Amino acid sequence: MREILDDIDRWRSDGKKVAVARVVKIEGSGPRDPGAAMAVNEDGEVAGSVSGGCVEGAVVSEALAIIGENAPGRMVTFGYSDDEAFAVGLTCGGIIRLYIEQLDW
Amino acid sequence: MTTTIYQQFTDYLRNETPVALATIIEGPGTGAKLLVARVAGVETTSGSLGHPELDRVVARDTAGELEAGRTGVRHYGPEGQATPEDLIDTPTVVVFIESFSPAPQMWIFGAVDFTAALGRVAKVLGYRVTVCDAREIFATKRRFPMADEVMVTWPTPVFEKRGNTLGPRDAVCILTHDPKFDVPAIQGALSTSVGYIGVMGSRKTHNKRLERLAEVGVNSPEQLARLMSPIGLDLGGRTPEETAIAICAEIISRRTGHSATSLKNTDGAIHT
Repeated sequence: MREILDDIDRWRSDGKKVAVARVVKIEGSGPRDPGAAMAVNEDGEVAGSVSGGCVEGAVVSEALAIIGENAPGRMVTFGYSDDEAFAVGLTCGGIIRLYIEQLDW
Repeated sequence: MTTTIYQQFTDYLRNETPVALATIIEGPGTGAKLLVARVAGVETTSGSLGHPELDRVVARDTAGELEAGRTGVRHYGPEGQATPEDLIDTPTVVVFIESFSPAPQMWIFGAVDFTAALGRVAKVLGYRVTVCDAREIFATKRRFPMADEVMVTWPTPVFEKRGNTLGPRDAVCILTHDPKFDVPAIQGALSTSVGYIGVMGSRKTHNKRLERLAEVGVNSPEQLARLMSPIGLDLGGRTPEETAIAICAEIISRRTGHSATSLKNTDGAIHT
């Protein structure tokens, strides 16, 4: 989170809405530990990362949906062995659980 | 004036105050936050998860996770119930507790060419870098703009004053080659619980240094085993930058306990 603060501050001072995705849990093999964070602004600009590039695209879509709907934060799971799993997954075969929310706190 | 939780959180992060953020990620109150910071050794809490008892229990657990530097998920009842029996027949509140410890430290002794390269690589890895040399003309912020701090001093007072801030995540790299400076720096580093002590020099220099250390009473196998000398992995590089990579790679492999050989030649999971 530390490394994306400057980008977040810049976006917010420009009046942009921002959503933050944080890795909450990794099952099996995963490239980033819990706490890895990525911020997305309403224009789709991105700071930080939550995996080795495997799920970032899907996280951006999800973050933009949350901003667009003005929706509360929610959990999102990527991986192959879960019913709620999205079509994309980690190439290394693990399951990644993220919490994505608007930065309105 | 009211300050948002986010503002407090980022202020703590920026001034290197240990802080942990607890967020309800599933269940009643999703999105609610509790912030626990350790300011001058005292825990201060702000925000709320919606129930005083839940706040009390999560604040207690969050302080524990912060102390241990851990990040993870915990489950509670809406009124702070925490035992499995209490959680039967209640909705579950899933709380993500994220600890932010201050950046690890790297202290580099000796203001030489290798110091600048090592400082740059250490910054990439997220270290707070301190450069220390007794020679005023070499130890300048101008020569080491990447350093968070440049100190003109002998090693002993630095360790006496702040050696207790060094821990297993931190590193001391001694690059001087000068026994007048090396020996007290090694003695100082050995008096701390720092995780990595690397000392530069050829094998010949290393052997001479061992004699000097023995003269001042540093000769126990446990003490000498902590010294990574000659410093760095055997990558065969020569330039200061290549040497800096070899040193930092050794620091990482010592921390993880991995073999530092090519993954191609090993079996098993990569991320362990």
